[in-house]
Amino acid sequence: MRTQLPKFLFVLACFAALAVFPHVAGKFGIDLATKIMIFAVLALSLELLVGTTGLVCFGQAAFFGIGAYATVLLSPSDGPASLATLLPLCVLLAAAYALVVGALSLRTKGVYFIMVTLAFAQMAYYVVHDTPLGGGTDGIYLMMKPVLGDWLDLDKPLAMYRFTLACLLGAFVFLALLSRSKFGHALAGIRVNEQRMRATGFSTYPYKLAAFVVSGGIAGLAGFLFAVKDGFVNPEMMSWHISGEVLIIIILGGLGHLRGALIGAFAFALLQEFFRSEAIFGEFAKHWHLGLGLTIITSVAVLPRGLVGIPAQLLGRKSGAHGGASTPVKAGHA
Amino acid sequence: MDLTTFLIQCLNALQYGLLLFLVASGLTLIFGIMGVINLAHGSFYMIGAYMAFALAPWVASTVGGGFFTTLVLGLVLAVALGYFLEWAFYSFLYTREHLQQVLMTYGLILVFEELRSLLVGDDVHGVQAPDFLSGSIPLGDMMVYPVYRLFISGVCLLLALGMYFVFAKTRLGMMIRAGSTNREMVQSLGIDIKFLYRVVFAAGVAIAVLAGMVAAPVSSVYPGMGGLVLIICFVVVVIGGIGSIRGALLASLLIGLVDTFGKVLVPQVAGVLVYVLMAAILLWKPDGLFKAG
Amino acid sequence: MHNSDVLLRGTGISRRWGGLTALDNVSIEVARGSVHAVIGTNGAGKSTLVNILSGELEASAGSVHLLGQDVSRWSQPRRARAGLGRSYQRNTIYPSFSVLENCRLAAQAMHQQPWAWWRSASACDKSMQAAQDAAAQAGLQDLLQREAGLLSHGQKRQLEIAMCLATQPSVLLLDEPLAGMGAEETERMLELLTSLKDSHAMLLIEHDMDAVFRVADVITVLVNGQLIACGSPEVVRNSPEVRVAYLGDH
Repeated sequence: MRTQLPKFLFVLACFAALAVFPHVAGKFGIDLATKIMIFAVLALSLELLVGTTGLVCFGQAAFFGIGAYATVLLSPSDGPASLATLLPLCVLLAAAYALVVGALSLRTKGVYFIMVTLAFAQMAYYVVHDTPLGGGTDGIYLMMKPVLGDWLDLDKPLAMYRFTLACLLGAFVFLALLSRSKFGHALAGIRVNEQRMRATGFSTYPYKLAAFVVSGGIAGLAGFLFAVKDGFVNPEMMSWHISGEVLIIIILGGLGHLRGALIGAFAFALLQEFFRSEAIFGEFAKHWHLGLGLTIITSVAVLPRGLVGIPAQLLGRKSGAHGGASTPVKAGHA
Repeated sequence: MDLTTFLIQCLNALQYGLLLFLVASGLTLIFGIMGVINLAHGSFYMIGAYMAFALAPWVASTVGGGFFTTLVLGLVLAVALGYFLEWAFYSFLYTREHLQQVLMTYGLILVFEELRSLLVGDDVHGVQAPDFLSGSIPLGDMMVYPVYRLFISGVCLLLALGMYFVFAKTRLGMMIRAGSTNREMVQSLGIDIKFLYRVVFAAGVAIAVLAGMVAAPVSSVYPGMGGLVLIICFVVVVIGGIGSIRGALLASLLIGLVDTFGKVLVPQVAGVLVYVLMAAILLWKPDGLFKAG
Repeated sequence: MHNSDVLLRGTGISRRWGGLTALDNVSIEVARGSVHAVIGTNGAGKSTLVNILSGELEASAGSVHLLGQDVSRWSQPRRARAGLGRSYQRNTIYPSFSVLENCRLAAQAMHQQPWAWWRSASACDKSMQAAQDAAAQAGLQDLLQREAGLLSHGQKRQLEIAMCLATQPSVLLLDEPLAGMGAEETERMLELLTSLKDSHAMLLIEHDMDAVFRVADVITVLVNGQLIACGSPEVVRNSPEVRVAYLGDH
């Protein structure tokens, strides 16, 4: 338990910092921080799949987008929706799509799984992009943001910030409890050696499917928050580039650790702001993807355990959920 | 739909399917033989298309050559690019996990997109088919069909036959197939496996680039094209079975049919149909239609 | 052998891959209180047989009965929960978890409760107890907190067995438990296997002939997928077919 205390304190410090941040930040800071926290929620959802269960999903954007689109499409046009009904509904719809995608994708393994999840996300993209359901490339506006009784008006940036922080905290605590539960331990076992789990008596498919559905639901929560924050959704939310970004976030932060999702989301946002900054790069700032791409390649090559692994790498000892493996060895084709 | 339209759409489906097959076979080859999942494969297709756009005027003014000269030049550049990339980047990916390969090649996509943006810009372009290949010819006495599309189908078919010949009938093909199943054994036989892999990779890149160059006149040249072709290639591989060239061909033609007729019959949901097809096949055969072979 | 003592029975098992026959009409019985060893040359079909018995592979023909029930159509997890434990030739332990956690996770298969997301896994007394008992049975009681990846090879093989025992199975399928072991470790493992005999039905694949003849009560010999002999060690040792085909005698 001794090694757990620093981690716990670190996370506590992060949330404390986030709690006081609005008092020192300006409007832009609050807006940016809210956006980063939303992506942190999305990253947490993917961490459950990739980091805990070992399922590399390249289609998280679909559940994110469905949560967002459901928020807008299910909000009545004449008055604000009730948060208490709208939020769970959006989460459930995203989870429902995750159930369908998961049921089909989990029939495949390895590389196939990556490709299939990407394809199913692209399918969702085309539904909102091509059909009138999604309002086409222009996207749709959320007329009125949902409210909770009289005391929560998400139209105010500060309220939105606090609500997002609460959701992030809730998701984090939920996933932390999940990781130490029997379910979480079973998922970890499946990640390390699925065959051994089956030989021991675990039917692994239902476990993986459940993880997929929970992950989809949390991604839907992130989508809900995003839609409410900006009051606007468009098909680009479901772009496969979003799926790629979330994957990068959790690798950057550190796979196998919930706090990796937090660190990764902030680090990635900082990287984006850095490469986009005209003050530093002048006219090359609009080609910021170049710097980002090179950073991704370098960080995956050089920091296999992400930012979370840096203290251990510096101290020269093994740490973290995946032990001290340096370059993970490929288990074979397909 | 009358018979003429039906036949024309069939030919369109064939052309699209064969083009897809060309690109997908490069992807499935690189994965089947070297075990690398390469997200940047779509970028090679994009590079080919932009090369067709950017090189043509240069070739015309410096060398005075036309379409085929541009193609040849593009191919040479592609092989060189593939050779270099394998040596500088991809050879380091062979022992890494799939997740790392996915992310590193995704980073490469971003790099390619921005390099293209720096060199050629982000505009959408049209590319003219060469004069001697433009226009339509009558097929039978019922319809006319664009010559260039027939040309595309012809090129793809020729390349497909060429690949089959190399794999099944030549020593090089045999070495490649052996290298995919037993790397150490091939090495101990004195065959330079590193060189082999480099050749295979360069070939895969060249095929994708060629496909992009050849397709440019009919598909137009735009920034997001790499990503889109990549995802469809994934669907081809999932349906056809990874590592299987036969599977890739069958899947490509199936997708060509579904997509082409979908766009004509139910344009609103056409984009989704290919994925529905994939879902249906997954229900039936989770490993794809064929296993590697 | 009384029929009620036979806990695992494979009848007429065949497995074909295209034109190749890996197993041809092999029958095998494993009774409680006995060790049934399966020996044969490489590629004889031993692993295929065990994979079919455990449920990892489907037979082309034949049936498998576990504790009197026909489990031929049952998935591997289902058979495991019904009392069929299996260890592997290559270590399948979880290297980054502790020895205790390895066993506890295995024991959890019998007390799954996946819906209790708020409850800590280690709060389950039953799985903890089963884990500690299994580890003790395998001789690892002093190494419970050690990270499994840091164990010696022999200790890892012991852990492999312990994980098998954690679900309290009645039948054990052990695939080369002595693989890669030195003399002292082999001795310890053989003692362990002998200690398990009374309460379990054990099927053993092994290449170490000395060990086999010491510990086995029944030996089945497979050559090229065919059963060429089955009986007590003396019968097998003296069987002319076995001498010719396997031991190389004429």
